[in-house]
Amino acid sequence: MADYIVWFDDYTDSDHGRVGGKNASLGTMIRAGLPVPPGFAVSTEAYHTLREHSEMRSKVNRALHDVDFNDPVGLRRASEYIRLLIEEVEVDPRIDLEIRTAYEALCERCGMDEVPVAVRSSATAEDLPDASFAGQQDTFLWVKGAEAVVEHVRRCWSSIFTDRAIAYRHAMHHDHEIISMAVGVQKMVDPRVAGVAFTLNPHNGDRSQVAIDASWGLGEAVVSGEVTPDNFLVDKVLREIVRRIISPKTIEYRVNGEQVEKVDVEPERQAVQCLSDGEVVAVAMMARRAEKYYGKPQDVEWAIDKHLPEGENVILLQARPETVWSRKEVKPISQETYDPMRSIVSTLISPLHTRDP
Amino acid sequence: MAESRFPSPFDVPTPEGAEGWEELYTYSSLFSEGRRQYEENRFWFWDSMHWGWAMSPWDATHLEYAIASLSQYNTRHYLIPPANGIDYRVLNGVPYFSPVTIEDGPTIEGRVPHFMERAGHYFMNWDDLYAAWLVKVKQNIAEMEAIDFSPLPEMEATDIVTSGRGEGTGWDLQEQYHKFKDLSLRVWQYHFEFLNLGYAAYLDFFGFCKAAFPGIPDLAIAKMVAGIEVDLFRPNEELKNLAHKAMDLGLADAFSADVAAVEAALDSDDGRQWKEAWAAVESPWFNFSSGTGFYYYDKTWLQDRSVPYGFIADYIAKLKRGEDISRPMEAVVAERDRIVTEYSELLQTDEDRATFQGKLGLARTVFPYVENHNFYIEHWSMSVFWKKSRELGAMLVKEGFFTQADDLYYVKRDEVDELLWDLYSAWAVGAPPAGPTYWPPKIARRRQIVEALKKAKPPKALGEPPAIVTEPFTIMLWGVTSDSVQTWLGSAEGTDQLTGMAASPGTAEGPARVVYSADDIGDVRDGEILVAPITAPSWAPVFSKIKGTVTDIGGVMSHAAIVCREYGIPAVTGTAYGTREIKTGDMIRVDGNAGTVTKL
Repeated sequence: MADYIVWFDDYTDSDHGRVGGKNASLGTMIRAGLPVPPGFAVSTEAYHTLREHSEMRSKVNRALHDVDFNDPVGLRRASEYIRLLIEEVEVDPRIDLEIRTAYEALCERCGMDEVPVAVRSSATAEDLPDASFAGQQDTFLWVKGAEAVVEHVRRCWSSIFTDRAIAYRHAMHHDHEIISMAVGVQKMVDPRVAGVAFTLNPHNGDRSQVAIDASWGLGEAVVSGEVTPDNFLVDKVLREIVRRIISPKTIEYRVNGEQVEKVDVEPERQAVQCLSDGEVVAVAMMARRAEKYYGKPQDVEWAIDKHLPEGENVILLQARPETVWSRKEVKPISQETYDPMRSIVSTLISPLHTRDP
Repeated sequence: MAESRFPSPFDVPTPEGAEGWEELYTYSSLFSEGRRQYEENRFWFWDSMHWGWAMSPWDATHLEYAIASLSQYNTRHYLIPPANGIDYRVLNGVPYFSPVTIEDGPTIEGRVPHFMERAGHYFMNWDDLYAAWLVKVKQNIAEMEAIDFSPLPEMEATDIVTSGRGEGTGWDLQEQYHKFKDLSLRVWQYHFEFLNLGYAAYLDFFGFCKAAFPGIPDLAIAKMVAGIEVDLFRPNEELKNLAHKAMDLGLADAFSADVAAVEAALDSDDGRQWKEAWAAVESPWFNFSSGTGFYYYDKTWLQDRSVPYGFIADYIAKLKRGEDISRPMEAVVAERDRIVTEYSELLQTDEDRATFQGKLGLARTVFPYVENHNFYIEHWSMSVFWKKSRELGAMLVKEGFFTQADDLYYVKRDEVDELLWDLYSAWAVGAPPAGPTYWPPKIARRRQIVEALKKAKPPKALGEPPAIVTEPFTIMLWGVTSDSVQTWLGSAEGTDQLTGMAASPGTAEGPARVVYSADDIGDVRDGEILVAPITAPSWAPVFSKIKGTVTDIGGVMSHAAIVCREYGIPAVTGTAYGTREIKTGDMIRVDGNAGTVTKL
């Protein structure tokens, strides 16, 4: 049983304070059936063990006490000094082991030796629930290997003491020790196929349908309009594809090391439907869950990850509110209160397909 | 090349060998010079869903009875505001229909209050009236069962004389035949007493769903309305029970489609016990036609046990493999409730949710009738009608008028009046009748004509297509829409893709098996895709073998579509040319979501 690790899958509300807002929201999304990439949080308790190093702690406090906030160069130098102290202090071996063990478990789940991950800081302050930490925290992408993961966790810890963060706390009269830090470690998505999904039909606003655009590789090709994607309409309730248009997809963006490259799609793969029917429905159902979770129609970016096993490989990258149809005034379909006989007469006299759309 | 109109009924040639076909049908059902202007200005479509082949004269009786009864309720009983009846004609042996719509506003407006009062009465009292309907239909069936077509006696029984009746068996025979015709017409009167109103309520819910969700699949709407405990499924459920019974009695190996072999294998105490179980349910449930029930050669399960025995053998094979053959009732109910809840959640106002529930409620009130009438009318009532027809035919063979019992079906219903007069009159006089020399050559010629007509490919439609099809029952019952009419016009021979109605969801690929009638369903192999002009509900067990279904005609509420959804296999109905374009063995892909069939 790990004391310092909280898997996103296992997150419960009681973990909120220990994992930070960002990791908590990832855990909440997974619980709501919104599959963000898998990963885990290194809890605030791990960060708190740093405070047991009394010698380092007093060095930090002295540096903070001495800094002249009117001197940007001096502030930056103090920040660098403090961050180095934190990054070089010995990590509690139990924490070190737990992080490595968790990372190896993640690698196993993805079927890779050294799965690339994003390592993100997530600052919290129990007594300052409304505090904004915007821009004060670091994110490291494409981190590979247990050694590098531990190292970047420490860099996240030290990011509490960037010059901007120190200056901000000083200006807000916050004690520096009021801040705590959790770290998220999350698989980097490596899309086989990616695209967008609208939780309504963009042509007529039909809310019973999910419209999906999909193409090979990263979502950039779809978002930028550089390919004509495969297009699907899925009925949300029957969970069936009701229309499909398969187009030749001539280019794709893909990950090569840490670089994204644009390449031609081989001719024999261009006209192939890039998602299986099951994947189309899985993407649609995921988008529908996002819509329910946020309470309004959504515009969702998604990917099918190359490494995750089938059934877990549909990943939500981003969800934002749909803006076109959602802004229209909502009017009841029938103008008057329901009267069965009047309604039937009207249906018979003016059949549906003779009415204006 | 797409045409802009269909051939005129007056330009359709008579198939070779079918010259004189007109005398097989009533004069009023033929296209004629006297009505030519009216007839040429109309659009007519062939109802190949119910009458996919040339009818015999006797078969045509039910066409006329059915369509006149349907029309009567629209036109004279309920005054459906924008629709009178369906006009019908027979051309080259198959029926063409033309809906009679009312175009002018004041007439429509004038009918509305009558419709509201009359139809309103039915909707308000639906359950009571439907309960009374079931009693009436069973009473009509009992009266038809009691019809007596015994041969006339050499001399009247003593009590006929001594009771002072003052009339005799000759009078009885004619009275029985007249009654038989009246009871047969009454079958169709009852058939349409509720049906048009049921469809109107369904269409109202359908229209609301389409307005709320323009892309909602038709079958999603059908699923929300469909009944769970439906009498139409009962015959098949009874076969499953009998399969279990056979397993329990150790008779698992007794069954095949070979009736004689099965009967021999059942010659034991256990076998007799099984046959008692069969006898306990055969009436009414096996009054189940393997066809539409509209042709004299369609056989019921009672008549031809090879079909039900074959299905029982299939079920036993499944049970032996440990498969569950029961209908997952709870899952079916849960799925229906889920679909309703989720569409309701997607509506955007509380008013809409209230309207949705109201319309769904009415549609569900009417639907047990819409689904079940098919068993009580097309199967049970018609089964008794054909049984009595066979008795009449057999009697006339004995009397020397016919050479075989099914000669009857080549005589028009009112010609039979004349024939029975001939029989009675000669019997009364004690002299030879004219019929035994008059009818056999006539019937032989008529048989040749019907065979020649069956070989012809009738045009899908006649005359000028309407800009837009609006008649609600045409759309609902026959799946004839503006789009399908355009498809018929544009569909050239040799196409690789057919379009039709997305009648049951899912996709499937596999070898095609083209089946024209129940006689061929034994040829269907596991994993094939069934291609048929139509499918009959009694084919139900075959749906557990096949991967998909394609039919030439039918909408999403056609009998076939209902059964396909029940069995969870994709279906595309109303392709018009499926059986013409696809050959047995062709690899095809059926997309029951998009309504397309592709030759691979």
